[in-house]
Amino acid sequence: MQIPYILSAIVFLPIVAGAVLLFLPGKDRKLIYSFAFAVALITFLLSIAVYVFFDVSGPRYQFEEQYAWLPQLGISFHVAVDGITAPLVLLTGVVIFTGVIISQRIDDRPREFFAFLFILASGVFGVFVALDMFALFFFYEIAVFPMYLLIAIWGWKQTREYAAMKLTLYLFIGSVIALVGGLAMYFSSGLGTFDMIALEGANFSPEFQNLWFPFVFFGFAVLGGIFPFHNWSPDGHVAAPTAVSMFHAGVLMKLGAFAALRVGIMLLPIGAQTHMWWIILLTLVNVVYGAFIAMVQTDFKYMIGFSSVSHMGLVAMGFATLNYNGYLGASVQMVSHGVMTALFFAVVGMVYDQAHTREIPKLGGLMKIMPFAGVAFIIGGLVSMGMPGFSGFIAEFPIFMGLWDANYPWIAIIAVVSIAITAAYILRAVGRVFFGELPAELEGHMHDIRPSEKLALGILCVILVGIGIFPGVMLPMVQAGVNHALALLGGG
Amino acid sequence: MFGNITSSMLLAILPEIALLVLITVIFIADLVLHGKQNSNLAGITAVGIAAIFVLTLIYARPGETDELVWGGMLRHDWLAFVFKLLFLASGFITTLFTIGWESVWRKGEFYVLLLTSLLGMTLMAASADLIMLFLAIETTSIPLYVMAGFMTNNDKSTESGFKYLLFGAMTTAVMLYGLSLLYGLAGTSNIYAMAESIAARAIPSPVLVGTLLLILLGFGFKVALVPLHFWAPDVYEGAPTPVTAFLSTASKAAGFAVLARVMIAAFPSILADWQTIIAIAAALSMIVGNVVALTQTNIKRLLAYSSIAHAGYALLGIAAASELGVLSVVYYFLVYAVTNLAAFGVVIIVYHTTGSDEISDYAGLSRRSPMLALAMLLAFLSLAGVPPLGGFIAKVLAFAAAVDAGFVWLAVLGVLNSIVGLYYYLIVLKVVYLFPPKDEKAIPTRRSHGIALATSVLLVLLLGVVLAPWYDWAAASAASLF
Repeated sequence: MQIPYILSAIVFLPIVAGAVLLFLPGKDRKLIYSFAFAVALITFLLSIAVYVFFDVSGPRYQFEEQYAWLPQLGISFHVAVDGITAPLVLLTGVVIFTGVIISQRIDDRPREFFAFLFILASGVFGVFVALDMFALFFFYEIAVFPMYLLIAIWGWKQTREYAAMKLTLYLFIGSVIALVGGLAMYFSSGLGTFDMIALEGANFSPEFQNLWFPFVFFGFAVLGGIFPFHNWSPDGHVAAPTAVSMFHAGVLMKLGAFAALRVGIMLLPIGAQTHMWWIILLTLVNVVYGAFIAMVQTDFKYMIGFSSVSHMGLVAMGFATLNYNGYLGASVQMVSHGVMTALFFAVVGMVYDQAHTREIPKLGGLMKIMPFAGVAFIIGGLVSMGMPGFSGFIAEFPIFMGLWDANYPWIAIIAVVSIAITAAYILRAVGRVFFGELPAELEGHMHDIRPSEKLALGILCVILVGIGIFPGVMLPMVQAGVNHALALLGGG
Repeated sequence: MFGNITSSMLLAILPEIALLVLITVIFIADLVLHGKQNSNLAGITAVGIAAIFVLTLIYARPGETDELVWGGMLRHDWLAFVFKLLFLASGFITTLFTIGWESVWRKGEFYVLLLTSLLGMTLMAASADLIMLFLAIETTSIPLYVMAGFMTNNDKSTESGFKYLLFGAMTTAVMLYGLSLLYGLAGTSNIYAMAESIAARAIPSPVLVGTLLLILLGFGFKVALVPLHFWAPDVYEGAPTPVTAFLSTASKAAGFAVLARVMIAAFPSILADWQTIIAIAAALSMIVGNVVALTQTNIKRLLAYSSIAHAGYALLGIAAASELGVLSVVYYFLVYAVTNLAAFGVVIIVYHTTGSDEISDYAGLSRRSPMLALAMLLAFLSLAGVPPLGGFIAKVLAFAAAVDAGFVWLAVLGVLNSIVGLYYYLIVLKVVYLFPPKDEKAIPTRRSHGIALATSVLLVLLLGVVLAPWYDWAAASAASLF
């Protein structure tokens, strides 16, 4: 079913709402929050509509819209979703909605906070739905720069200035280097268009592809947290306020992985085939090293931050296999990890808000106080370990199969080790934080989470379990998208 | 002398005629108005410039073909048209920002100087003859020297004016020497007859390159390129801030209009040589401007170094020596002018309350005046090249021109420099948004300042989102040079 203007609405609603927010009276916190909540809810409903009404047996791109923007250079506002991006749009909708709910208690300048958060959301939606490379860059940078302010102003006092600047510089360097690569593609194609569907058929020479692929791929993959450019990410996650961590790890890192796929691998397939063998080794480092580092963390949030590096490594690894199973797994993993990590950060935020510490050894016995959060965290943990019956299994299993298919059995075997390490650090954290004795100094300070927070966690859990038990709600759609994306590699 | 004066010749200098009329009006108004009434001078100037802007926009639009008018002195083309509008817009916004600036804004002679300088700029953009060009440059510069030193009771302002005058006079002399050499070599003073004549006379290229270097010394000084940038920070810091805003936008844009026209029209025979020279100047300006900006603690000096860096980015388009290149220069200055005016606008408004240009005194601006902080955020992010603001498109076009012309190394250097730029812009924004204010009181904004600031910020956004119309203008300007 086609719903006219739905993608334009979903891209522009948040940023327009953000602009309107800035002109509302800042003192009226109730009004600000109600407005933000309403916008987030509408965005969430729109993203559900995109997902539900996507026709799995229909054409590759659906809900397509195209308007001239700068026709002189072949730039248009051309948007549509395919089987890979429709779930990502839903993911973004979920995270913005739950993120806004969890940020209800932001006390410093909430007006600016929600405004920047919405601008960020527009950028993210824009990248996921863009079919025009210029539009993709445009929205990509819109999605990056509000992070600086969100982290620097509302972040954790100890590291926020450092982390915000580090993150912004890393991501900006990546994006502008990719931009130069994009311009090189534009000029050497000779097509005079930034439309990515047209550029898919540009037949760039192998020399050109081999030269530019690493620039474009790594330019974007920085945001996907690829080793050795992952360093900004745990610092950024930890310093960011809860909703921003959720958005950042849950959605923004997918932006990097997705753009690396969409612009890097899909437009320069020969380059991808040439370079993939060593990129896969880097992603292996991500997966295993990230998991090990996560294990030695005593800070709850750093642990989750490094687990993101590890899991995002799996996404990049899946794409790097350049085959059906790898793509399928990586695409599902983007959604699964996005929801899971949003859940983790939400719980960590709730714990920190009350306990004022994130040191795992100083926490304990929280299951009695906030059972709902505890159960949610355990569900997230099971997803993280790739336990069958949860979305993590549906995502990670195909990635390992894809590695095997691509003749990297040893890499698959080593990568699987990461699951054991993940289990170790997740279970340890669950045991320490939620079970055991409540430390004396926390006695009396802690109370259960609010009903709205339970709602947010509940939504996230339902998705994780839903995909795990009924993979049919997502897999056919992703399969359709993956088949189209793979067709580009077929000739190469 | 010019034969029959046709209506098209008059239309070509419509803005200049109108500016002269306005200058006369200000003279008379200055005599007639007394005491407090003098505060109307700025208003008259602003309304006058706005009217000229509208007149020019409607009537002075060049036709299909570019024509040399007034005996080959001026060229009535799109490049001149677009830049004239840009100068007028900058002049308008600058005039609004002068309102309330002590020891400046009730003086008729200040506005006469401003308008005269504006007149010089409009002629610079259209000059097609070396003599006209030199006169136009001087008509622009001499009032600027005086304006920079206008606050005679302020040592820094006096120093600023004097420094600007001395360095300006020296480089102008060198440039004039170059221009006379060029005339001697080519045997013509018309820029559009130059290339043919140079080719016909088979002038050895080392001689021509030497002459060009002398001329570039003058142009480079006007637009503050490294290594001719040393005056800019001191002059920018000392001059009354509205003058600094005018200097860093309109005056710089005028220099680039001349640079683009002269380089492309007169020196095709040594294309590769001057491309290299410009590319090196671009690289140096970007690097020095950005790196030195990192250590600044005064916002005007920071913006001075940032403007040196921006001249470097804009030079990428000139180095490309292509239609896309010139297009990117035009687009760059449309964006840069409104962005920098917005940035200086905030500086002016804040100065009225705090009396300081130190970056540390911007602490907590977002708590004191959220709207002002927002304007500053948008202006600085546009300077950093972040969408959806104009600066992003300007940078993309500049880098695109460089990549297209084969200067990939220059584009990569530009990209890396824009990261350095982002760093120091963010540092300022951090002070604005993060640090606690020393004083909680809100910063009042005059209505005229509010209008000027809102206009510039709105234009920054429009230039970044609605691309096609501006691009058409820039493309038409570029096409008129080729």
